[in-house]
Amino acid sequence: MRFSIYRFDPDADASPHMKDYELALEAGDMMLLDALILIKAQDDSLSLRKSCREGVCGSDAMNINGKNGLACITPLSSLKEPIELRPLPGLPVIRDLVVDMEPFFKQYRSIKPYLINNDPPPETERLQSPQERAELDGLYECILCACCTTSCPSFWWNPEKFVGPAGLLQAWRFIADTRDQATSERLDDLEDPYRLFRCHGIMNCVDACPKGLNPTEAIGKIKGMMVRRTV
Amino acid sequence: MERRKFDVAIIGAGGAGMRAALQLSSAGYKVAVLSKVFPTRSHTVAAQGGITAALGNVTEDNWLWHMYDTVKGSDYLGDQDAIEYMCRMGPQVVYEMEHFGLPFSRLENGKIYQRPFGGQSRNFGGDQAARTCAAADRTGHAMLHTLYQRNIQAKTHFFVEFLAIDLVRDAEGRALGVVALDMERGEPLLVEARATLLATGGAGRIFQASTNAFINTGDGLGMASRAGIPLEDMEFWQFHPTGVMGAGVLISEGVRGEGGYLVNGAGERFMERYAPHARDLAGRDVVARAIAIEIHEGRGCGSRKDHVLLKLDHIGKDEILDKLPGIREIALKFAHVDPLEAPIPVVPTAHYMMGGIPTHYRGQVVVPARTGPEEAVPGLYAIGECACVSVHGANRLGGNSLLDLLVFGQAAAEHIVEFLKENPTSPPIPREGPDLALARLARWERREGTERVADVYRDMQGIMQSHCGVFRRAEVLEEGIAKLEEARQRLDRAAIGDHSKVFNTARVEALELENLMEVAFATIRSAAARTESRGAHARDDYPERDDRNWLKHTLAHRDGTIDYKPVRLKPLTVSSFPPKTRTY
Ligand SMILES: Cc1cc2nc3c(=O)[nH]c(=O)nc-3n(C[C@H](O)[C@H](O)[C@H](O)COP(=O)(O)OP(=O)(O)OC[C@H]3O[C@@H](n4cnc5c(N)ncnc54)[C@H](O)[C@@H]3O)c2cc1C
Ligand code: SF4
Ligand code: SF4
Ligand code: FES
Repeated sequence: MRFSIYRFDPDADASPHMKDYELALEAGDMMLLDALILIKAQDDSLSLRKSCREGVCGSDAMNINGKNGLACITPLSSLKEPIELRPLPGLPVIRDLVVDMEPFFKQYRSIKPYLINNDPPPETERLQSPQERAELDGLYECILCACCTTSCPSFWWNPEKFVGPAGLLQAWRFIADTRDQATSERLDDLEDPYRLFRCHGIMNCVDACPKGLNPTEAIGKIKGMMVRRTV
Repeated sequence: MERRKFDVAIIGAGGAGMRAALQLSSAGYKVAVLSKVFPTRSHTVAAQGGITAALGNVTEDNWLWHMYDTVKGSDYLGDQDAIEYMCRMGPQVVYEMEHFGLPFSRLENGKIYQRPFGGQSRNFGGDQAARTCAAADRTGHAMLHTLYQRNIQAKTHFFVEFLAIDLVRDAEGRALGVVALDMERGEPLLVEARATLLATGGAGRIFQASTNAFINTGDGLGMASRAGIPLEDMEFWQFHPTGVMGAGVLISEGVRGEGGYLVNGAGERFMERYAPHARDLAGRDVVARAIAIEIHEGRGCGSRKDHVLLKLDHIGKDEILDKLPGIREIALKFAHVDPLEAPIPVVPTAHYMMGGIPTHYRGQVVVPARTGPEEAVPGLYAIGECACVSVHGANRLGGNSLLDLLVFGQAAAEHIVEFLKENPTSPPIPREGPDLALARLARWERREGTERVADVYRDMQGIMQSHCGVFRRAEVLEEGIAKLEEARQRLDRAAIGDHSKVFNTARVEALELENLMEVAFATIRSAAARTESRGAHARDDYPERDDRNWLKHTLAHRDGTIDYKPVRLKPLTVSSFPPKTRTY
């Protein structure tokens, strides 16, 4: 199988380049990450992040044949050769396939991603019905891989100001939680020409999410709530 | 070398490290949390089935019953003071996580959903209990993200992608901090702290087939071992009954809790023979051995008869989609079957390290020294999977690890607060304090070598897999030790090809392999020394448990010598559960 991989080591290279690799193997049941590990066994200077190898930690997001995804749950057999691998777009490259995720995390932190409830906690659990809890499905499962946000043109142009789909999905996760009491502050915080309203519904994010989550729908719900509270 | 100063240095941002960090940050202390991966990428994220605590939301319950089950599950090797403490604190720490925002699944009455797990009983060995609190089958994910979120709120200081290399101690043995490698820049950093807490997680990567993430390389154990601290009960490794055949990815015990069961090649529900009462929900060691025997005796499934099947389609589509959505995703991706229709091929797979860095039940590291077998090391703490408290003894019950992270994360934080009050300043760092760490880093600058790290890594895993697996015997273990010694010598002759400073993962992997070697040696030596079968340690040549000679904890030193210390059979306030025959 043939691979073409983005390489850049600021310690040694003047500029990035693509490097070709070949592995003598059948795709079989293998995932892309398995192949990358074999490549790294040949050339240990290839840098990438990896951890869980089962699609739950969000470490190995990269741009695979032009589309963002997780290497560990992308079957080799689904990919056209040569398999072209690049770092996630729109974030500064640290080295090879490793990007600086800080602009992404900064936006995540900016939405106050924690439950706000100022009542004294009860002796036992706060109650929540299964229907109320079901509102959080499709939201809390986010693994912060950044596949969505780094496929969003609005984020590419305004990484400092636009929260981006992952952050907005989490903003909605807390608004939608019946235990959270900060809805109006959360909406105030997003009522801004950039933070929320840079989203133009292009839906790249939905297409990119390897966990099948739908940030566009969540963004739509936040916008709907803002409209409702002004009328 | 750059230096930073904090009240507390916490190494590890998994469930354990972040629970402790939250407590200390909220109390106003200056806390540094170092992690080699971004916090939410820690392996706690992969925990599926849930966290066990006697809330009694589904079946009547009592923490004392939980304690009984845990003592029995541990095959009586667990320390009963620590087990009492954990089970008693269980409900409180779970409610607290709910208050922090953890999105638990819910029952119709709005309370936290609980499911049955293996080894759980009512009334000291009676009917099956439902004690494991769950957020669908993503409990670890929900817990880890919630803890990270609360730490953002508490303004904990994170050093993300910093690889801790070695502890810094003074001549008296007091812990003064840690030297870490800033992975992005390739520079060492000295973090000075009045107290140091190890929360580095497991080391399942010593085995070829493992449910563990790539980062589970036992770094904390390597650091402790190099600092002269022996490792406790390392022969006890849990093989999870249901890892996906081939891939090793875990299928939670929650599947059997929800009604799934195992069948062999003849279509027989074989657990009925091994555990007539609890069947598929017997202790994990019991189920894993039963599967290994079925396969060994030719009753496996598939053309090679090398696995068994986990059947769950009868649970029903709605239940599976609601309670086990992550499992379905894993089965589709890694086993290429849709569990709504077909069973999942599974094999026992290395999963959890019961042993670790010895501590008492408030998290402080204890070593055999002048005053006895358990003298506290000032300023040094360990919690979570890297520690051996020991609440899991010879076999951990499902759902008890997530509980252990929270309970002892909190307990250690409380003890650290007392320690900081008593020790307002710390002694200066001796000039040679960082030397051990710097020498380790310098070693991998060497450019000449005849061996490759990736080859030694793979061979070490193969040796442990075939010489120290589910069933063990003297000759096989001894041969394994000799082969491992060879592998270690090869590692001494290895070099890496990448000498860049920037995000050099070849260097990280080499340093991790050194830690795995420490863990592998402690494991196989402890296993060879223990001539009985107890919990997860099953010896073909010594098939019985031997309480007269072996009701004691192993302490493996780095030089190969082995010590023992007594099990703490006396709980804190209740009466002891004396050892008896263990049947399910
Ligand atoms: C697939 C799977 C499913 C599981 N399901 C359950 C379950 O349902 N219920 C249950 O109770 N238990 C379960 N367990 C067990 C449980 O999840 C783990 O034991 C537990 O999460 C370990 O938590 P921890 O905080 O000790 O370590 P981890 O979460 O592994 O975190 C370790 C931390 O240490 C850091 N670290 C390690 N080395 C270094 C270093 N050198 N320098 C800097 N940082 C370092 C890492 O970056 C990480 O932040 C499961 C385990 C697995 C593998
Ligand atoms: S829908 Fe909005 S957030 Fe998603 S990619 Fe488009 S602009 Fe970005
Ligand atoms: S929403 Fe999906 S793509 Fe975006 S960060 Fe979360 S898991 Fe990744
Ligand atoms: S390695 Fe964890 S998501 Fe791929």
